[in-house]
Amino acid sequence: MKKLLLLSVFALATTVTYAGGYRVSLQGNKSLAMGHTGVAVVNSAESVFFNPAGLVYLENKLNITAGGFGVFSDVTYQNSATGATAITDSPVGTPLYLYGSYQVTDWLALGLGVYTPFGSTVTYEDDWAGSHLVNNIDLAAIFVQPTVSIKLSDYFSIGGGPIYVNGSVNFNRNLNRTLSDLDGNRSEVTVDATGVTKWGWTAGAMFKPTENLTIGAHYRSKILLEAEEGEADFENVPNSPLAPFADTTFDATLPLPAEMTVGLAYEFCDKWLFAFDFNRSFWNVYESLDIDFADPNIPDSFNPRNYKNASTYRFGMQYDATKMFTLRAGYYFDESPVTDGFFSPETPRNDSNGYTAGLTVNISDRLAIDASFLYLHFNEVDASYDGYRENGQVASFEGTYKSSAFAPGIGVTYKM
Amino acid sequence: MKKSINIVLGGLLTLGFVSCEPEFDTPVDEVGFYTTGDADMSNFVAVGNSLTAGYADGALSITGQENSYPNIIAQQAALAGGNENFTQPLMSDNLGGLLLNGTLVAENRFVLAGDPMTGEPTGPVRLEGTPTTEVTTSATGPFNNMGVPGAKSFHLVTPGYAGLNPYFGRFATSASSTILADAISLNPSFFSLWIGNNDILSYATSGGAGVDQTGNLDPSTYGPNDITDPNVFASVYSQQVDALNAGASGGVLVNIPDVISIPYFTTVPVRSIPLDAATAGAVNAQFGAYNTQVLPGLVGAGVISAEEAAARRINFSAGVNFPIMTDDDLTDLTQILQGPPFSLPASLAGLLGQLRQANSDDLVVLTASSVLGTLADPNNPQSVIGVAVPLGDQFVLTAVEQGRVSVATRAYNTTIITLATANGLAFVDARSALVQIANGGIAYDGGVLTNTFASGGAFSLDGVHPTPRGYAYISNLIIDKINNVYNATIPNVNIGDYGTITITNNQ
Repeated sequence: MKKLLLLSVFALATTVTYAGGYRVSLQGNKSLAMGHTGVAVVNSAESVFFNPAGLVYLENKLNITAGGFGVFSDVTYQNSATGATAITDSPVGTPLYLYGSYQVTDWLALGLGVYTPFGSTVTYEDDWAGSHLVNNIDLAAIFVQPTVSIKLSDYFSIGGGPIYVNGSVNFNRNLNRTLSDLDGNRSEVTVDATGVTKWGWTAGAMFKPTENLTIGAHYRSKILLEAEEGEADFENVPNSPLAPFADTTFDATLPLPAEMTVGLAYEFCDKWLFAFDFNRSFWNVYESLDIDFADPNIPDSFNPRNYKNASTYRFGMQYDATKMFTLRAGYYFDESPVTDGFFSPETPRNDSNGYTAGLTVNISDRLAIDASFLYLHFNEVDASYDGYRENGQVASFEGTYKSSAFAPGIGVTYKM
Repeated sequence: MKKSINIVLGGLLTLGFVSCEPEFDTPVDEVGFYTTGDADMSNFVAVGNSLTAGYADGALSITGQENSYPNIIAQQAALAGGNENFTQPLMSDNLGGLLLNGTLVAENRFVLAGDPMTGEPTGPVRLEGTPTTEVTTSATGPFNNMGVPGAKSFHLVTPGYAGLNPYFGRFATSASSTILADAISLNPSFFSLWIGNNDILSYATSGGAGVDQTGNLDPSTYGPNDITDPNVFASVYSQQVDALNAGASGGVLVNIPDVISIPYFTTVPVRSIPLDAATAGAVNAQFGAYNTQVLPGLVGAGVISAEEAAARRINFSAGVNFPIMTDDDLTDLTQILQGPPFSLPASLAGLLGQLRQANSDDLVVLTASSVLGTLADPNNPQSVIGVAVPLGDQFVLTAVEQGRVSVATRAYNTTIITLATANGLAFVDARSALVQIANGGIAYDGGVLTNTFASGGAFSLDGVHPTPRGYAYISNLIIDKINNVYNATIPNVNIGDYGTITITNNQ
């Protein structure tokens, strides 16, 4: 029996990854194990994130689920024309989530979610070949989402709520490819902004045409994180009026794009559930990262991104193996929002395939442990970033990239 | 049951960590991706002068040395399996000055200063600060980079040169050793040789103040600014190639660029004296008798040719004028003018002795910019250099002097390419490369590399030596030739990644 379970897990473990740009699709262990599907799945308070309309269909009065992931990701870079190589030494990312829902009446459920759907921590060796684009970046955003879920009939429900975002960014790069102080230390800037807050919203709908089939749709609004009076710290700048870089403040806007999801879930053979989600992320809002320095002597920094809208196709399976074990596996194909010629090493994302698996261990009727893992596979890609200019001329940063990411996760679910 | 969870999680974790380090299908840092081919770069030794040392901005500093072309080539060759420990006689600091027993014998490097009010560059200044590189507490040689600033071709084989040149004095293995002997003692597996530039350069940068020693086969009698006899060059150069090549898998020879393409000679315009009509007329009146009586008289007496008389005529007009100058290739009239029938006073005769007005064939050196148009005597407003006081011979490289430089350069270059061909060595035509930089420039991913002073990117603030970016370009030329001749695949560098001049203000 044990052997069979193991085999099943690996057989189901097809493919999954995280999402393009700086979106980190790790918002629940149950969902991630199924390829991060969930817009039409009703099995836990993870629905606060995946589709608030589903909360009202949960069987228990109180549902709480919390957990986290360890994201181990690396990017390697090489340029065969020059022999330059680099590998990131990024810290382990730890996206977390906490969801709860409470069934107030038969037709009304209230919920609350705290989660971290955007973030990026990429750390290259200082002064590497692409240091004029990025040395390191640490981007984080916490979403807090009070939620209402209303059952309009046994077949149809809606849900949604406001989202409060608190974000931070810390970004370091060299000022250009060559400027240095007298001792040859490369001139660099660190921009840092914390406590950047903004409101957004989310809404979803769920339709249950038959007992076995659920269809869901969900939308989360774009949120433009507007950093104001962030700190810009210039270092190793030569003592010269020809390089007028002094510490100052900056304004910049980082867009967190809107995302639309539609999908379905189908129960079959009693113990099996199949789920499919289609995500569309409206990344075209990310045209350029413009840093407006307060000091008028410092030229503003314009960094074209030219992202495009991108789709993700997610597939997941769930098998209620025993009363104690629920096994899950999934796969997704994640289309990169990066367009040709704008592949920046700060978010080096090409298309990827994500492979997921996981399980729930029901310790008691009320308490369960959820575990999952994600392996995100990227093909190596020859790419360039053509948005960097020197003397008014585009100086492409070219090379071959290969990324990989792995994220084990663990969580608990409590219900009563 | 607990055990099975452990197995599952353990298995998943193992799978993840194994996959976590992304690997390329063909990693460039894998052995064999690049190759040095038939060139054994395990012990590359570079021999030469300031260009080989990484001299820039009028000094030798750590930054310059790190960006020397031998070091760049060695770093790239190391990617192909060459030696990763290319050694250089690094200076003690980034100021670049040199002390001999505490006395300054070489100045700090130039940096580009800017005007705090306008934010515009004001010009090169020497970096302030007391250098810490002391010749007597020398670096322990020999080094893979045997470039010695100031060295001429014959200096490489001159015993005792360590006592004459503090840069070699720093790291010579003994007081009597030679640069070549120290280089050979390293048993180079591959070598580069770029020497001969100073054999004509010091003559040129001194405005032809030295002597063209062509025909004099004894270099021990040469002055510092003389042109080396081409046969002397051929003799010592051949000796050097033979010695370096004897135990090596190969080498690369680099020829000598034309000095007239470097910013030291192309930055200060010859026509540089602005005058209004009244002043021009007044100055012309001063030279009226000289133009109309003295010069025709000398032609009539057969002292000078009509052609020379024409060249010596002084004529200013409203607008920007050529300065007057001393030309030591003119007939010296100082004595004749003091005798009858002219009977000029000695001071005036001296002034007119080898006087002419510069013309468009002359090249004015960079350092003349600080004297042209200034007062020779601060208390005498009539002593404007270029108008009333001739610009010194050391500030002008005349057409005649350019011709001597050019003839010698061609002769050296014939020797270099002949020996490269005869020995099957890689040959790099630095002369043609510089011609290209001076005529249109070399496009790279951040602009165009030209010979424009300070802003062109190729030349440092001394107007003679390349910037790190210029050296990187030379490195690519050399790498390309090594690859071509020795079936190697050493990667180039991106010259846009290399800096140019240093901007800074003293205080």
